[in-house]
Amino acid sequence: MRSIDLATTSERKVMDVPSDQPSPAAKAGEPAKMVARNVDAFFGKTQALKKVSLEVATNRVLAIIGPSGCGKSTFLRCLNRMHEVASGTMKGTITLDGQNILQIDEVNLRRRVGMVFQKPNPFPTMSIFDNVAAGLRFNGHHNRKHLAEVVERCLRQAALWDEVKDSLNKSGMSISGGQQQRLCIARTLAVSPEVVLMDEPASALDPLSTAKIEELIYELKQNYTIAIVTHNMQQAARVSDMTAFFYLGELIEIGETKRIFTTPEKRQTEDYITGRFG
Amino acid sequence: MTQESSAIPLTGGTTGDGGGNPPPVASVPHLRVAHIRWNVGDFVFKHLTMLFAIGVLSLVFLMGYEMYAGSALTISKFGWNFLVTSVWDPVQEQYGALPLIYGTLLSSFLALLISLPLSLGVAIFLSELSPRWLERPLSFLVELLAAIPSIVYGLWGVFVLVPWLRVTVEPWLASHFGSLPFFKGPAYGFGMLAAGLILAVMVLPIIASISRDVLQAIPNLQREAALGLGATRWETTRVILSTAKSGILGATLLGLGRAVGETMAVTLVIGNRSEISASLFNPAYSMASVIANEFSEATSSMYTSALIEIAFVLFVMTIILNALARIIVWSVTRRFKTA
Repeated sequence: MRSIDLATTSERKVMDVPSDQPSPAAKAGEPAKMVARNVDAFFGKTQALKKVSLEVATNRVLAIIGPSGCGKSTFLRCLNRMHEVASGTMKGTITLDGQNILQIDEVNLRRRVGMVFQKPNPFPTMSIFDNVAAGLRFNGHHNRKHLAEVVERCLRQAALWDEVKDSLNKSGMSISGGQQQRLCIARTLAVSPEVVLMDEPASALDPLSTAKIEELIYELKQNYTIAIVTHNMQQAARVSDMTAFFYLGELIEIGETKRIFTTPEKRQTEDYITGRFG
Repeated sequence: MTQESSAIPLTGGTTGDGGGNPPPVASVPHLRVAHIRWNVGDFVFKHLTMLFAIGVLSLVFLMGYEMYAGSALTISKFGWNFLVTSVWDPVQEQYGALPLIYGTLLSSFLALLISLPLSLGVAIFLSELSPRWLERPLSFLVELLAAIPSIVYGLWGVFVLVPWLRVTVEPWLASHFGSLPFFKGPAYGFGMLAAGLILAVMVLPIIASISRDVLQAIPNLQREAALGLGATRWETTRVILSTAKSGILGATLLGLGRAVGETMAVTLVIGNRSEISASLFNPAYSMASVIANEFSEATSSMYTSALIEIAFVLFVMTIILNALARIIVWSVTRRFKTA
């Protein structure tokens, strides 16, 4: 297998990159939504991130790729301080619209920077409606009419409305895994975040559901800034504008997705995307 | 995997019996013989352990039957009246167990009322908020509370709790809430309040440690889901609690089962008088206490039968409570294991 991989390297390097993507340069004038500077992250004594600096551009999709344990999930979690939940610590600065996220109250930060997790995790005791409304209720919104409007809008945005509109009172666990994940996306959108972080959102799903999630990401970037961690390089190529490659806790390379997948600058990036390791 | 599959017939061949069979050679017919012998071993093993399991089960039924048969005299004489009348007079051979049932249920209910919020607080702290270095020793200490013999609790009740109630707590309650029917009458110390309090201390470790297990069984994904939506710690905990509520109910029922059956500590502090009274200051009696106190003096066969019938009622009550609790706890943990 190895030798075949090597032999087909040149073919595999050229990946299926949608050509109708708006060119990144079109939005080059806008300031980056989130900026990370020299970010180190630690869990206990192990260092998970080393001096990572990168920018997440406004209303764009950033894909973060790299082998398991390279720190990509950790970096994503640092962006809304979810790493603190697992008692991780961080050095360096991350800013949201120019403001250091450590100076933003963590609860507020997570409302502005929402997160979709690897495994669909709807609240099991809540109905579909209540799942989407949960974040709003945390925010103190209890007006039933307002909630109903937001729930419908978010379920439509998550392309789930037509499938569940007649069963909003059913348990959030009663729908399929792919639907659950879209439900979780709707739930995240309901609190109107500015940035949506997705930690391998489709890795537990079948190909059809995966395709739906990818379409959804493509739609969502009109209104949201998105950072997505993925193991699936075709997925990164399909959905993202920019791609960052992490290896052993370091950012090896970041650039336009098309360029990363066709002419990577670094040897390690090339080895990874051509399947020579990882 | 290959190692495992080849090891199965081999172990069967060498350990199947102690007889003088030659060790099997690695050829097909021998392997088949070894395979059959392995199944015989399995058969014996399975049915022997099943026998033990059935033994435990039949012991329960046998106990139930013995108690039912032993109380035949009072069952035929009083029928259901045994459970709903209040005169307990061995001299007149009048046996009505209502005050005892009332005493057992009320003292257990009091215990739950006091210990449930405390236990939940302990469980929430241990599973949601405590730093890891504190969680282990604290959990250990809470579980240790459950291991203290009940007579020790009873002794503490007699020498510390009861005097404190008599001198400090009950006069204070009487002067502030004396208009309520629960806090009327002389402050004896010994009585329903003392029994409820000591039971509260005794069931706290049970409810706390099982609730903690239930909370910890809920995957971290659920907490992250709430936190990721911008929930505060308190809001996250509320989501987790609502997910765990049936498990916590189960833990509470297990605590109730313990409280209902508790004998020694209650006997020492409840005052042992077969009366129904609204006031918590008054002495009362419980089913377990009356058996412990009066069995040695039960000389007539009717008296013995009455006590055995009380044991039977208590037995049925605790079995139902425990079964209910186990079913609820299982249903919760299973839901998350398969999810």
